[in-house]
Amino acid sequence: MLLLALDTSTSAITVALHDGSGVRAERAVTDARRHTEHLAPLIEEVLAAGAVAPAELTDIAVGTGPGPFTGLRVGLVTARTLGFALDRPIHGVPSLDVLAHQGSGLVTGDLLVATDARRKEVYWAVYAVRSGRVERLSAPAVDRPGDLEDGVRALPTLGRGPLLYPDLFLAPLPVHDVSAGALAEVAVGRIRSGTPMPVDALYLRRPDAVPSVSTKSTVPDGWRGA
Amino acid sequence: MSDSGQPLVLGIETSCDETGVGIVRGETLLVDAIASSVDEHARFGGVVPEVASRAHLEAMVPTLERACAEAGVRLADLDAVAVTSGPGLAGALMVGVAAAKALSVGLGVPLYGVNHLASHVAVDIVEHGPLPSPTMALLVSGGHSSLLLVPDVTADIQPLGATIDDAAGEAFDKVARVLGLPFPGGPHIDRVARDGEVTIDFPRGLTTGRDLERHRFDFSFSGLKTAVARWVELRQRAGESVSVADVAASFQEAVVDVLTRKAVDACRTHGVDHLQIGGGVAANSRLRAMAQSRCEAAGVELRVPRPGLCTDNGAMVAALGAQMVMRGRTPSGLDLPADSSMPVTEIQA
Ligand SMILES: [Zn+2]
Repeated sequence: MLLLALDTSTSAITVALHDGSGVRAERAVTDARRHTEHLAPLIEEVLAAGAVAPAELTDIAVGTGPGPFTGLRVGLVTARTLGFALDRPIHGVPSLDVLAHQGSGLVTGDLLVATDARRKEVYWAVYAVRSGRVERLSAPAVDRPGDLEDGVRALPTLGRGPLLYPDLFLAPLPVHDVSAGALAEVAVGRIRSGTPMPVDALYLRRPDAVPSVSTKSTVPDGWRGA
Repeated sequence: MSDSGQPLVLGIETSCDETGVGIVRGETLLVDAIASSVDEHARFGGVVPEVASRAHLEAMVPTLERACAEAGVRLADLDAVAVTSGPGLAGALMVGVAAAKALSVGLGVPLYGVNHLASHVAVDIVEHGPLPSPTMALLVSGGHSSLLLVPDVTADIQPLGATIDDAAGEAFDKVARVLGLPFPGGPHIDRVARDGEVTIDFPRGLTTGRDLERHRFDFSFSGLKTAVARWVELRQRAGESVSVADVAASFQEAVVDVLTRKAVDACRTHGVDHLQIGGGVAANSRLRAMAQSRCEAAGVELRVPRPGLCTDNGAMVAALGAQMVMRGRTPSGLDLPADSSMPVTEIQA
């Protein structure tokens, strides 16, 4: 197995190569605004570091979010198109699951993943860690951090939630962004156990229905297409 | 490169609400596959960027698949991938740019990030053959109204004028709304106007006196749109009936009059004997007819691609990409950004 994993749902643009027994190479850049620029060069770097040609890949895994939409889509369309170009299967992993996995070595018991959803909200889910195994206890959701129950906010918390709202998340863990290496490990485990891995984007929010013609455009010439 | 010596190039376009994938071999169009999200925007009366971006993500691989299948092309045979890197809606552009990079990395072929407006001009190469040098181009759509002097579509495009407020297609959409016609307004106004007569003398923006001195090749459609709305409102308030057909015909006449007058004036002024019209508004039947007669009178040859190649599509991107390959241009880097405000003078990113 040669699995390429990538995630763009958090501030890290992260790519890793897994050879079935472990992570062979991993690269990341933290730049929440430039996913489009960084992702493809990182893929090339990781393939070069692992001495693997694209055609040798057997699987593609991608974080399906939730995360800020524009960045999230860069990862999803990259993985889907790469899978199409190479005719290889694509496997989706909810990105919050990956962060929980990253925290599984740090705590035992329940933990909270809370990432930046912008607009003063967080994407979040609660997980249980029992003897190294991670189980999700709540569906991924998006809410204002102050609206989470006190008991939930008091849990050991991964993600950028505690960095953004230090007064509300009281037990921060030093893991802020998704690691593609961890994503690869989760993906390999789920592939082996035959767990379904849909690649649908987890948006959790409806689009804002504001037509571009009525908003102030940064585009010259009153851009609205065609 | 293929046995014919002509590069096989796939082009991706996602700057607005059409997911376009086209494939050309040299200057021959093999396929132009399109998925449009226009129906999803109709109830909002305009393109909603997030709705468009989501639709691009879902449509990308199916549209790529369809293009390859219809053209009988294997991805492994591609010589290059081209993509619209701007201008356009930022989030929408990024979907196409990321997809193009994935193809470039996966297939090991060069990537060309190209300008959307230049692609609108280049598409006529696969329709009517090589572009005469120089060509005058009038690009009119919901997003642009530009007059461009084009000595070389791969390297030298000189903007002569553009709208200073609304784009022509935007005016069609807004007037359609005033007249109770659906979005997008262009085709509906064109259809309704055929049953009407030009009975109202609506204003022609930037066509007289000082305006003409300062904005000879620029356009303005905002005042026209307001004049139509006011005219309709006054009649309605007075309890008079309004002939939608006559208003549509009169409005359309005003837009088309200004567009063609300025385009032909630009040809004369710059000694150019070819005019190309592109963009969604180029599908307008009155624009085609008036451009034809005014060009004939001025001794200018008119080139208008078929309507499907005037609106946004992937073929135009592939057409320009193939020109880049044939001219030996250096490919774009994999760190190519999406540039929502890419100027028309920047033909390749
Ligand atoms: Zn266009």
